[in-house]
Amino acid sequence: MALGAYIGVSAALFALGLICIISRRNILYVLFGVEMILNAASINFAAFNRFNGGGLEGRVFVVFIIILAAAESAIALAIVLNVYHLMKTVKPSEADFLRE
Amino acid sequence: MNSNHLFYAALGLAGACAMGAGMVTAGGPGLAFGFCAYLTLGGAAICIWERSIVRSAFSLMGTFVGVAGLFVLLGSDFLAMAQILIYVGGILALLLFGVMLTPPDNNERSLARVGATTVMIGAGVAFVVAQISGGVAGWVMADQLPEPNSQARAIGLAFLDPKQYVVAFELAAYLLTVALVAAVYIARRRRADFEPEPETPGGQS
Amino acid sequence: MDHPLTSLDWNLLLAVPAIPLAAFVVQIFFGRHLPRKGDWLPTAGMFVVMCITVRMLFVALGAAGHEPFFHESVHEGGPVFGWFYQAAEKADGLNLVAGVLYDGLGAAMLAVVGVVSFFVHLFSMGYMKGDRRYHIFFANISLFTFAMLGLVLSDNLLFLFIFWELMGLMSYLLIGHFSHDPDSPRIKQAAAACKKAFLTTRVGDTCLLFGMAMFYYHFQTFQFSEMWRLAAEEVARNGGEYPTWMTVAGLFVFGGTVGKSAQFPLHIWLPDAMEGPTPVSAMIHAATMVAAGVFLLGRTFPLLSPEVLQVVTVVGSVTALFAATIGCTINDIKGVLAYSTISQLGFMVAAIGTAGGAVGTVGIGLVAGLFHMVTHAFFKACLFLSAGSVIHGCHHEQDMRKMGGLRKKMPLTFTAMLICTLAIAGTPLFSGFYSKDKIIASAWEVVLGHGGWTGPFALVCLALAAMLTTFYMFRLIFMTFFGEPRDQHIHDHAHESPAPMVISLLALASLGLFGGKMWAMDGDVLGKHTWFESLTWHVDHETGETEQFLYPGIDLTQMNIASAAEARAHDPEHTAHIGHDAHTRALIVSLGVLLLGVIGAVLFYLLRKIDPARVTARLGRVYTTIANKYYIDEIVDGSVIRGTMVLSRTQTWIDENIVDGLVLLMGRIHKAFGFVCAWIDKNIVDGLVNLVAGVTQVCGSVVRMLQTGRIQQYVSFAVAGGILLAALHILS
Repeated sequence: MALGAYIGVSAALFALGLICIISRRNILYVLFGVEMILNAASINFAAFNRFNGGGLEGRVFVVFIIILAAAESAIALAIVLNVYHLMKTVKPSEADFLRE
Repeated sequence: MNSNHLFYAALGLAGACAMGAGMVTAGGPGLAFGFCAYLTLGGAAICIWERSIVRSAFSLMGTFVGVAGLFVLLGSDFLAMAQILIYVGGILALLLFGVMLTPPDNNERSLARVGATTVMIGAGVAFVVAQISGGVAGWVMADQLPEPNSQARAIGLAFLDPKQYVVAFELAAYLLTVALVAAVYIARRRRADFEPEPETPGGQS
Repeated sequence: MDHPLTSLDWNLLLAVPAIPLAAFVVQIFFGRHLPRKGDWLPTAGMFVVMCITVRMLFVALGAAGHEPFFHESVHEGGPVFGWFYQAAEKADGLNLVAGVLYDGLGAAMLAVVGVVSFFVHLFSMGYMKGDRRYHIFFANISLFTFAMLGLVLSDNLLFLFIFWELMGLMSYLLIGHFSHDPDSPRIKQAAAACKKAFLTTRVGDTCLLFGMAMFYYHFQTFQFSEMWRLAAEEVARNGGEYPTWMTVAGLFVFGGTVGKSAQFPLHIWLPDAMEGPTPVSAMIHAATMVAAGVFLLGRTFPLLSPEVLQVVTVVGSVTALFAATIGCTINDIKGVLAYSTISQLGFMVAAIGTAGGAVGTVGIGLVAGLFHMVTHAFFKACLFLSAGSVIHGCHHEQDMRKMGGLRKKMPLTFTAMLICTLAIAGTPLFSGFYSKDKIIASAWEVVLGHGGWTGPFALVCLALAAMLTTFYMFRLIFMTFFGEPRDQHIHDHAHESPAPMVISLLALASLGLFGGKMWAMDGDVLGKHTWFESLTWHVDHETGETEQFLYPGIDLTQMNIASAAEARAHDPEHTAHIGHDAHTRALIVSLGVLLLGVIGAVLFYLLRKIDPARVTARLGRVYTTIANKYYIDEIVDGSVIRGTMVLSRTQTWIDENIVDGLVLLMGRIHKAFGFVCAWIDKNIVDGLVNLVAGVTQVCGSVVRMLQTGRIQQYVSFAVAGGILLAALHILS
């Protein structure tokens, strides 16, 4: 397959991640969306790595993205639980203290 | 025939088209690519669409496995293994914990909202992709490249090579440790949580 | 330079001021909590400093020979401190680069300051015991030492001035040390004395600042070596004559010396400075404060025109004689020493002044004056510390009329004081002889060279002053240590001082004995060449030609010692003999005045053949004038201080009646104007402001709708913005 196909899949996954973040009314969907976006980036790295001679750099970067995602989801989950505990809700539309 | 049926019908059709188009253009590898891409995007689409958050979370498994399949097609079997282990085995389990620990009554979904967002973002991303695709078109096909090798050993050595990634590797290790500790710290229940709340005259809390 | 200093040497030199500074910082913040209130810390630091300075002095002595020993860190890769530093090629900018200057004079002075300061620190451990502000005292005295060490090492006039001012401040704090002690009986006098010292020296400091500004305006540098070179060029361009502005600027610089070194008429602060603790007096009067003024003359000598040098001669001679006469009438043991200091400073200053007219041995006065500064530091420190020991032993009694017969009670103090008295009187073998003899010789050379009226004037004044010095110093010894005890109570309770004090006394006394020349080593008792001279000039014994090492590359005979070159060109036969003649005559004069002084003191105070009271009565008004210090304080009080008061009262009146009236008038006008303004403000400006505010409010309420606080909305905006940017980027 050509590079373009991978990039297309990646772009689509990215768009779906954004839609997921924006459209759903549960804060956990934000996490799902973020994971999708990170996966889209991983596909891009792996694809460019493959089509650019197959070195190590892209793959190493994907490993770091996976590590980052793990750390991010652990922290984010803790924050979600805390927000729920604090505000008795997991709807981002109701957790609007950024407004103040 | 409600919207749910329509969605899944369209999804199935899209999958057939993807696999068919892949096989027509590139034979066996094309079919594999089509399948993986379908798994990836379909999982994501179901995740957005589905009312039940548990189903959404499980549909994400499809996305992660699909991406792992794409890694295999790109010749990075190490990444595929890491993807399965960490995403499917770790992160997904973590997200399911989140689902279980929060109330289940927040699963409503507004069709209009999803539709509008999809149109807006889909149009924007499609526009950007269309504009930059010219730069990508010149790249050769994957099957014209030399046979990929696994290089898992090379990645392992590169992580421990002081001239390459050992510092970043160590930093990542620290990051994970700190994240773990921080997660525990943030999510911990404070002493006050265990004590009964004092009753106020107004009864508000 | 054949043997540049090693980096170790430079680092050691840098450590010299750094150690007392560090000791000060520790002491001022933590001194109270340290064991023994931390007195060991600055003292130990000073011991290290003393070792370093003496080691560096031996480096200098080892290198001394036919080449000048002259090292500037700026040119030799030593420590350099860039301040307002700009690129070196940018000559018009303000380029202040400070470094370390280590030459013969600096080496000698640094060693003197190091040694004397260490012994003063040691002495203070005994003398200040039980003081309420013991730790503060040690902090201050360490910073004081730091200032002097920094002054000696600085290679430019600006840094010298900074340290000079720092020393002024520290002298203020130290002289007023007892003014913070509510138990002290003399708290008010101490406060007044420190204020007087500070303000009086300020007059001189201001003069110095003017002088510095003038030199900087013309030379664009503060670097000493550069200033000397530029001064030489300026003089050469002006046909061998100093331009007028240099004379004026030189007078201003000398004004700094007058203030700091307590020359007439700004000497009045120094006797009052006796209110400070005795170790402080020893520091101020021996190694640090007053020596700084003479040191400044040494550093700036090539900048001083012959006219300035004549003024220097006259002021120095007058000071020497005038202070010596007062010294004979004082009964306070420290007061005698204070006037003796002023008198000796007069000797130094006069000697440097006569350097301009000496024809036989070029620059003899300069070397003699600076050398006297060194030897004087030793014996005067010892004298003050001995006086302190006496005062300490007599339970803070300072009046000599109540002492007497202390010889048996305090034998070690007596020995030290006697040695130093012999030294200051200029007895052969003792250190003071080698320097004082040269000063008189310098004055003789001016006389023999027919260098105008200043020569004879200086010679007469200095000879008389030397005689009076001997007289009042032996008067002090006889009144304090000999005869019958005049106050039995004090005598019974007198005791020898504790070990740290006595050790310091004896160490400094031995320096007072050997500090001029180690005659015991070579047997050359009347030898012309001392260690200090080997650092500062080179004398060819074959021809008698001399070459100074203080200002390498500067030919002083083309500058302010031009008279020597002229005389030599005019009558070489005669000139060649002048040096020799002057030395012989100086020796006779100094021995003569020494004998006269001793005989006088013996007759008056030891054998009591002549009753001082009768002489006093015979002298009548002359005596009262002298005993009242020539009414200088009263004159200053009547003229300067009263004048200032009257002036300020007049100004107060003008201020209250005329200026205030104007201000009130202006106030009324403004008030009326203000009413008009207020009306405009209220009706027109406020209307506009309200309009603007209303518009803003409307806009704000529209924009506020976007500000929902919802994360998802923010993300949408961000994405939309991102796509928009991408689109712009791609399409453009």
